[in-house]
Amino acid sequence: MARFPFSAIVGQDEMKQALLIAAVDPSVGGVMVFGDRGTGKSTAARALAGLLPPITAHQDCPYGGSKEDAERYPEVCGGGPLRKRAVPFVDLPLGATEDRVIGSLDLERALRSGEKGFEPGLLAKAHRGFLYIDEINLLEDHLVDLLLDVAASGENVVEREGLSVRHPARFVLIGSGNPEEGELRPQLLDRFGLSVEVRTPTDIETRVEIMKLVAANERDPESFAKKWAPEDEKILKQVASGKKRLAKLEPDEDVLMDAAHLCMAVGADGLRGELTLMRAARAIAALEGARKVKREHLIAVAPSALRHRLRRDVLDETGSTVRIMRAIDELFG
Amino acid sequence: MSDSAPDPLDQAVLAARLFVISPHTFGGMVLRGASPARDALVTALGTALPCRRLPGHVDDERLLGGIDIAASLAAGKPVETRGLLAEAAGGALVVPMAERLDEALTGRLAQAVDAGTVALVLLDDGIEVEDGPPASLTERLAFHCDLAASREVGPVVLDGAAGEAAPLKEDAMSALAVTAAALGVHSLRPLIHAGEAARVHAALAGRDEVAKADLEAASRLVLAPGATQLPPQEPPPDEEEEQPPPPPESGDKSEDSDTPTPEQLEEMLVEAAAASIPRDLLEQLTKGNAPRRGAAGTGQKRKSGLRGKPLGARPGMPRGGARLAMIDTLRAAVPWQAVRRREAGADKDAPILMRKDDLRIRRFEEKAARVTIFAVDASGSAAAARLAEAKGAVELMLAQAYVTRSEVALVAFRGETAELLLPPTRSLTRARRALAELPGGGGTPLAMGLNAAHDLARASGSRGRTPSLVVLTDGRANLDANGQPGRKQAAEDAEAAAKAIARSGVDALVVDISARPGHEGPALAAAMQGRYLALPRADAKALHSAISASTREPA
Repeated sequence: MARFPFSAIVGQDEMKQALLIAAVDPSVGGVMVFGDRGTGKSTAARALAGLLPPITAHQDCPYGGSKEDAERYPEVCGGGPLRKRAVPFVDLPLGATEDRVIGSLDLERALRSGEKGFEPGLLAKAHRGFLYIDEINLLEDHLVDLLLDVAASGENVVEREGLSVRHPARFVLIGSGNPEEGELRPQLLDRFGLSVEVRTPTDIETRVEIMKLVAANERDPESFAKKWAPEDEKILKQVASGKKRLAKLEPDEDVLMDAAHLCMAVGADGLRGELTLMRAARAIAALEGARKVKREHLIAVAPSALRHRLRRDVLDETGSTVRIMRAIDELFG
Repeated sequence: MSDSAPDPLDQAVLAARLFVISPHTFGGMVLRGASPARDALVTALGTALPCRRLPGHVDDERLLGGIDIAASLAAGKPVETRGLLAEAAGGALVVPMAERLDEALTGRLAQAVDAGTVALVLLDDGIEVEDGPPASLTERLAFHCDLAASREVGPVVLDGAAGEAAPLKEDAMSALAVTAAALGVHSLRPLIHAGEAARVHAALAGRDEVAKADLEAASRLVLAPGATQLPPQEPPPDEEEEQPPPPPESGDKSEDSDTPTPEQLEEMLVEAAAASIPRDLLEQLTKGNAPRRGAAGTGQKRKSGLRGKPLGARPGMPRGGARLAMIDTLRAAVPWQAVRRREAGADKDAPILMRKDDLRIRRFEEKAARVTIFAVDASGSAAAARLAEAKGAVELMLAQAYVTRSEVALVAFRGETAELLLPPTRSLTRARRALAELPGGGGTPLAMGLNAAHDLARASGSRGRTPSLVVLTDGRANLDANGQPGRKQAAEDAEAAAKAIARSGVDALVVDISARPGHEGPALAAAMQGRYLALPRADAKALHSAISASTREPA
């Protein structure tokens, strides 16, 4: 089945926004999508990969390394001329073994010639792209730890008997899960940059609209893709120019203060909240083509950046989103 | 269901006919209940569609393909094998014993269904309501049929359809959407499947436009099995059974001519779907539709190195009770042999060279035992008669615990204290004695009682048990968390304690034992995110059956 076009996804604006932010600035550190089944979580994540600007990589590099990668990791990266290739999108299955994720002995070479070589795993495949895990809350703990660790350091270090490999693995981790099936440990949740909650649309019109689009795609994926291509193209351009603009955008003092105040007001623990909030605000400003980062950008991303970092208040069972919106109202009116 | 009800097989056959026409659109079918009817249906599916059977113990290599280690070693060069998923591409995978699918396999299969490469036919042999195939997989499949009760035997023929029906009109789509909403089907996937089912159903009947009968069939086949609530103002089921939905072939034009208004259409669809909601689902829903936190009947799953269902192997040292997984260890060591021989300078006849890194240990998953904690209000306001009833219920539960291996604990609160009368136990004698000694009278320190019960729940949780809480009270707190009198503070403290219980995710049930139930009981249950039962005049038997229904213990 062809990928569903990103622009044809109805509603789910917060999720789409978060994914685009991660596309513009991978350093925000991953997106966690919580929501019921059948809300288009996987569809959106998979659609995103289809619309990102291609990357330039050495043709023969098994890691899809850039020029910089080849300089930093001369022993594993490089080879061949620089060529454009699509942004990798790796769909990590729940049952993946550690070997398959981090890489292992190259069986073919070991068997054929008795040589030991490293066969890159899924982490290598995801370098400079996206690693998507559906139902991440069901993934085995040791794998989640490993993934978050690599995602944070941007490097996969394999030290096993005979094999000693260090290769770049910078990717955006996208997790999705249904909170009713098991929670993610707070420590892990905190390591995700953005967290969004998706709900299934309940009004009949939206649901009918979605039915129509899916049916159209089902009937004739090619012409459906063609029809939406201009819209997707527009988003692609937006992301590409956002990426370029990002470096030039430096939030000024006022916005930094706003961010600090907001984090204090909602009781977001740790510095990570503020950092992510700033980065995400900058990314959305870049995406919109704004000249500078403004308070409105901050407000737009605050729920995604902070909702999973709020201290649990024993007496206040109000939802995190409500608490953030309330704080925004109180602070900025 | 009375004898006039259509046999479930007829429904399933209709679903299968739709399914084989466009297997990848519908994702697949779940066929529950082993019966001759199901076997016949699966056989028929096998002739209509290329089918492969998936053994439950399949490993990644077999499923996804890759290098066949055994063959490679024998041949001295890499031998590639095709995985089952690739072999089944374009057809269907039949998965027997689907209720025992593990997460790893579920993830793989869900991906394959999403990619549209294979369709699945899950054979679900689960018996209890809650043991079925993983929801993350079944949600992706359009048709769910329960054939356990089918008494029909004989060959099944699945014939195809010619032609294709036009896309659904807007009002047809919205009729389906309204129906889904009425049945509490929130996910979008069933809705999308229903739309397609209606279209294919029309094609099957030789229509080029989707008619009312097609929408009805779609609601019945796709939407009804996923219902989480009863449609409002559900018509009495008997009436429904009098007039079974018309067979799909009888789609004559007269039906289309008197076009129903959208409202009528929606109503009819809801009715059609309601008629085929299985009876036990109705019962389940009326008994309590609080959100289920995982499987309620059994305890939570946890990983273990010692016992339980095998989960596969992990690298590790066999110590601390962990057992060596011999085959996996050998499998890990084999590819290295050529490398190691060369490095060690060993000759060809040397035994297999093992290193510490090759060792794999077995892991198992066991289901934690359940502890039912009773928090009993023994205050003066919960009159003495009530207390006797509560005592009786605990005793009955305990007798049942012998069968289900679950434990029972008892916390009583009265006057200025809450005390643990009975730590988690399966001992009938100890429990009887503790209960008999429980006196009544005094104030109602509800917050204190809840906190004590909560502490116990947490303690059991950390001991690997899955706690569930049954609070028997009238909800009228008059002593606060510190045992000081004052209704207002007492109520606030009780609410806070209840919310704390909700946050730790303990399954809770409030049994209102006041003579005239007021608003306090429901409010308490809501704060705990638990279920509520008012028992104005309960005897122990009634209480017991209510509790076991709501915690879904097998009776």
